[in-house]
Amino acid sequence: MSSRVMPYRGSLTSREQIAVYDFSWPALILIPLVALLIQIFIPAKVRYFPIIDLPFMVTIFFAVARRNPISGCLTGCVIGLMQDLFAGPNHPLGMYGIALTVIGYLASSLGVKIDTENPGSRFLITFVFFVLHQGIYFGVAHGLLRQAQLWSWSHVAVSALANAVIGLLVFAFLDRFKQR
Amino acid sequence: MDTFLGRYKNLIVLAAILFAQIIGLAVQVRRPAQVGETRLIRLWAISAVTPIESAVVHAQQWTQHAWTNYVYFRGIRRENRELRAQIEQMKLDEARLSEDARMARRVQTLLEFKEQYVESTMAAQVIGTSGSEQSRILYIDKGARDGIKTDMAVITPNGIVGKIVQVFPASAQVLPINDQFSGVGAVLKDTRLQGILKGSQNGATTLQYIMSDEKVEPGEEVLTSGGDRVFPKGLSVGKVASVEPGKDLFLNIRVVPSARLDQVEEVLVITRIAEKMPDAKDLAPIRAADILAERLPTVPTKPGTEAAGTPKPAEADAASATSGRTAGGTPPSQPGTSSANKPAAATAGAKPTGGTAAPLKQPTTTAVPASPAGASKPTTTTRTGMPPSNGTARPAADLQPPSHGEASSSPRKAQPPSDATPGASQDQPAKPPGTEPPQP
Repeated sequence: MSSRVMPYRGSLTSREQIAVYDFSWPALILIPLVALLIQIFIPAKVRYFPIIDLPFMVTIFFAVARRNPISGCLTGCVIGLMQDLFAGPNHPLGMYGIALTVIGYLASSLGVKIDTENPGSRFLITFVFFVLHQGIYFGVAHGLLRQAQLWSWSHVAVSALANAVIGLLVFAFLDRFKQR
Repeated sequence: MDTFLGRYKNLIVLAAILFAQIIGLAVQVRRPAQVGETRLIRLWAISAVTPIESAVVHAQQWTQHAWTNYVYFRGIRRENRELRAQIEQMKLDEARLSEDARMARRVQTLLEFKEQYVESTMAAQVIGTSGSEQSRILYIDKGARDGIKTDMAVITPNGIVGKIVQVFPASAQVLPINDQFSGVGAVLKDTRLQGILKGSQNGATTLQYIMSDEKVEPGEEVLTSGGDRVFPKGLSVGKVASVEPGKDLFLNIRVVPSARLDQVEEVLVITRIAEKMPDAKDLAPIRAADILAERLPTVPTKPGTEAAGTPKPAEADAASATSGRTAGGTPPSQPGTSSANKPAAATAGAKPTGGTAAPLKQPTTTAVPASPAGASKPTTTTRTGMPPSNGTARPAADLQPPSHGEASSSPRKAQPPSDATPGASQDQPAKPPGTEPPQP
């Protein structure tokens, strides 16, 4: 249990002090694992589920809740590499890892500056970071690995919207694991 | 220095993590895993997750099974009636198709074609996916312990699904045909044009490398060509959904897969494909001419003709036309059409039985070259629109009887009088004007 209050001069919110949450070790390990299991299991049953990215949401949640850029990018790196493990032989390890590392870093850096408890800001953060996540993945696949990739703004926008909406529910559920 | 590190500590850590991952990517690209080889870390991760997924899937299956088989009986009588009707219909179809299959096997024997038989399959359950849009990999609950190997074909009763790309002890990865890294040798069923079916990132499948001057219609069925050495020839792939002119002189043909790739739950892995000649133990004494004769309606022997010797061709035509009405129940063939263009069930009634076929068989045997190659080559060319390929993969399901239109009409129309020399009829096999083989 370690809810700390961190004063920060550069905060963009009206509050001068931002709470920094911590999580128990079982929660830190099991939540990403369960998210990953759901992510690889549900699409076999539900057709359009792959546009939802639960590991991405978990990365953002931990990053903005802990508000530590180092732990944010480490969390993103681990979750991304785990996601890479199941993506097949034509998907080198590190593609999701790089994308989620950057997302984790940026989300935790942003979490220091703005109030991320607000559903509106959560919606916006998820939407914007999802587009960024797709962009980084596209850049790695296309730029570094020379893989043929399609970029569709409409598809990315719809996916980002769906993730932002589902993200509100996921974040509300994960709030229960915060330790105060 | 301490101040610098302290101030940019976060950025330095970020750069270090990114750098390490980029180096890792470069190593993997430089030394890609060989076919069938699995990186150890993937093996561990997938082996750890597979039991959980299998347990969840089987628990769900068990619950569903218990519900549907022991609790939920609504509509089962109606379903039973429908299934019985379906069985009756399938019996009729089976009788018709078995006749065609026998015919096809005989022709294959004559042509010395080797068939690819699906000798054994293994049912497997889909237990997971890659979980991302960028990769459409599926996981099944059978692995190396069950005899699964890489490059085995994965199918459903509706059509092909994909192939095995990686095998783990208790699971395996399936690369579906709509994945962007997938490629399947395919052929259009009617036009026999061959191409490569490729997937894409958005899950659409397209048939590529078909020239833009070819005529391809939406709705045409796409089959496996067997050229990829993974899928046996003749399995259903899908149907052409749209045809558009593409770039580089090729058509852009979008194909809707027959199998529901986004909701596939149970699959069959083809574990063994045998390549062998069709079973010809009961076919040896039958010649090509006999095969053709079996398709013809019976001709009752006329006392007058027996007495006068062999009838003139015109008389023979008339006789066969009459017998076609009576024995087969089908009207006589018009030039350009044939009884075999109708469903084979109609012609099956005309199958000669006992001694009634003998009078017709005899002149036919003399008219049609008895040599297998001479009898069969033209028909094969007619059907496929191209000469028979290298003699490999040719399943019975794909192989139609040899152009029935020619087969049944040519002996009837082209029957020379019995005093015609066999050599003359071999040199000039007569055909009615309407029975020219269609050009591809």
